[in-house]
Amino acid sequence: MTATTERAGARVLARTDVTAALGGVVDPELDEPITDLGFVRSVDLGPEGAVEVHLRLPTSFCSPNFAYLMASDAKDALSALPGAGCVVVELDDHHDSDLINAGLAADAGYRGTFRHEALDSLDELRATFRRKAHTAAAERCLTALLRARPQLREEDLGEVVLADLPDDGTTAALRRRRTALGLPDEPGAPVLLDDDGHRVPREQVPLRVRRARSVRISVDGNAHFCRGLLRTRYPGSGADQAPRAEGAGPVPVQLLTTRPHDTTEASA
Amino acid sequence: MYSKDGVDYFIVDAHVALWDARPANQRNVHGKQFIDCFYDYHRNLSPASELWSYEEYLYQGGERLMKDLFTDGCVDHAVFQPARLGEFYVNGFGQTEEAFALASAHPDKLTYNHYFDPRDGERGLDRLREDAERMHLKGVKLYTADWHGDSRGYKLSDPWTYRYLEVARELGIRNVHVHKGPTIRPLDRDAFDVADVDHVATDFTDMNFVVEHCGLPRLEDFCWIATQEPNVHAGLAVAIPFMHTRPRYFAQIIGELLYWLDENRIQFSSDYALWTPKWLIETFVDFQIPQDMTEYAPLTVDQKKKILGLNAAAMYDIAVPEHLQVANPPALAQPQAVAVA
Repeated sequence: MTATTERAGARVLARTDVTAALGGVVDPELDEPITDLGFVRSVDLGPEGAVEVHLRLPTSFCSPNFAYLMASDAKDALSALPGAGCVVVELDDHHDSDLINAGLAADAGYRGTFRHEALDSLDELRATFRRKAHTAAAERCLTALLRARPQLREEDLGEVVLADLPDDGTTAALRRRRTALGLPDEPGAPVLLDDDGHRVPREQVPLRVRRARSVRISVDGNAHFCRGLLRTRYPGSGADQAPRAEGAGPVPVQLLTTRPHDTTEASA
Repeated sequence: MYSKDGVDYFIVDAHVALWDARPANQRNVHGKQFIDCFYDYHRNLSPASELWSYEEYLYQGGERLMKDLFTDGCVDHAVFQPARLGEFYVNGFGQTEEAFALASAHPDKLTYNHYFDPRDGERGLDRLREDAERMHLKGVKLYTADWHGDSRGYKLSDPWTYRYLEVARELGIRNVHVHKGPTIRPLDRDAFDVADVDHVATDFTDMNFVVEHCGLPRLEDFCWIATQEPNVHAGLAVAIPFMHTRPRYFAQIIGELLYWLDENRIQFSSDYALWTPKWLIETFVDFQIPQDMTEYAPLTVDQKKKILGLNAAAMYDIAVPEHLQVANPPALAQPQAVAVA
């Protein structure tokens, strides 16, 4: 037993495993992995499976509840790695850094960390933003279909089922979110669903689509703004950001060539 | 007034501040974090030609404000919307007396709105009565994520907020500018959620609720509420600079606002000194919805006139020269709510 422990103790976690684990942690608001957003500032591996990760956010005043969710999810994901030893996750430069880091170090949980400001849990918050992410994903599929088929009318979108969608990344992203939420994902399932996962009555379809569109605009707009703010706040952090996989929106080619601002973001 | 292509625009900047974020006024690290956050917004969204140094950004003073808004900025009238931030700054963030004195010296150009905090209890109600009388308040700015002792936020639907709104109404305060921030109690909920605006807009139908940043980062929740409440308006602070960095995103924001609200309930705001008004006005007058975004109608000149000034002028009883008015002025127009099943 002693020999096994010593051998295990000499082990260092694989960096690729650590990165993969952090890649499973999602910013609920922006619906993207923290690794793609550039929120992982540093990863340090030590002996005996020790790992210390520092996170950074676009502003000091990013919502503390979302900040805590990402940091505690990161700690959970790293602690679950086979061979993980002492896991330290710290959030840098946030107005609640001291509070959140102390809570994480003590494994105090949400209520133990925020004390009188926490009522029950962050489950409902998380669920709300998973629903928004799903709504935005469905809208991306439907709007792409509207543009691809000019004869298709908005009021007909309630009839569109998953099998009608092209086999592409946008559709795959919708299916992933269906699975995560336990919503119907068989080929005959409608793309447009109400809040309870049911088919939307025909007369309500246009309004439902418009609401979904406002959700998608909001999520995508926030994602681009937050990414830009991170680059402004931490020079060089853009190198740690992966292009946003979804939500760039269907930008016509002619606009990309004639309107440079469409793809340019301030990087000062 | 701003003129372009033979068209004259009456300009009301509905959200400006006279702040002091210099180190001597910072109470703690949060004072620095707060202004640094603003400065990053400024750096991230401004054209290179409009960038300020950090030192300029910390404090402007009245003279600089008058120059930036009225001499250089083409603004006809501006409304102060101060944030207290008493836990971050020794003398607060918005400089009450300096701004109020400036507004008193230039009543034709400046309106001073003040704030209240429902967590100040009965004494705060007395203070509100005194402030309303002394400052002739027509409006207040409420920052719901302001810290206050152990509390780091409140909701408009809290019982004490209702008491304050009832007193404000008695005092003739008609316009409530709501600014959502990241903290609220309990933290279980989304602090940016604007559902509480829905409650107060329903219960105070004779008051206007202007949601700053048009609800961003929750544009969707804001639009859904505003479409059902005709006394809910959108302030364009922070949203309008996206014209420069992300014009297609801004086109979608303004397109959504025009769809869910209407052209009479959207107000131009530079959010000075986050940004200066001149380039925002120039860019907005030239702005158009991209042709491929067929889901939105093109912006009309009258819509731009209303957004840039006529809507806020109607809300604040600011006199508009007759030749600058549109055929269907905002005060006479009926809000066009979208039918919600």
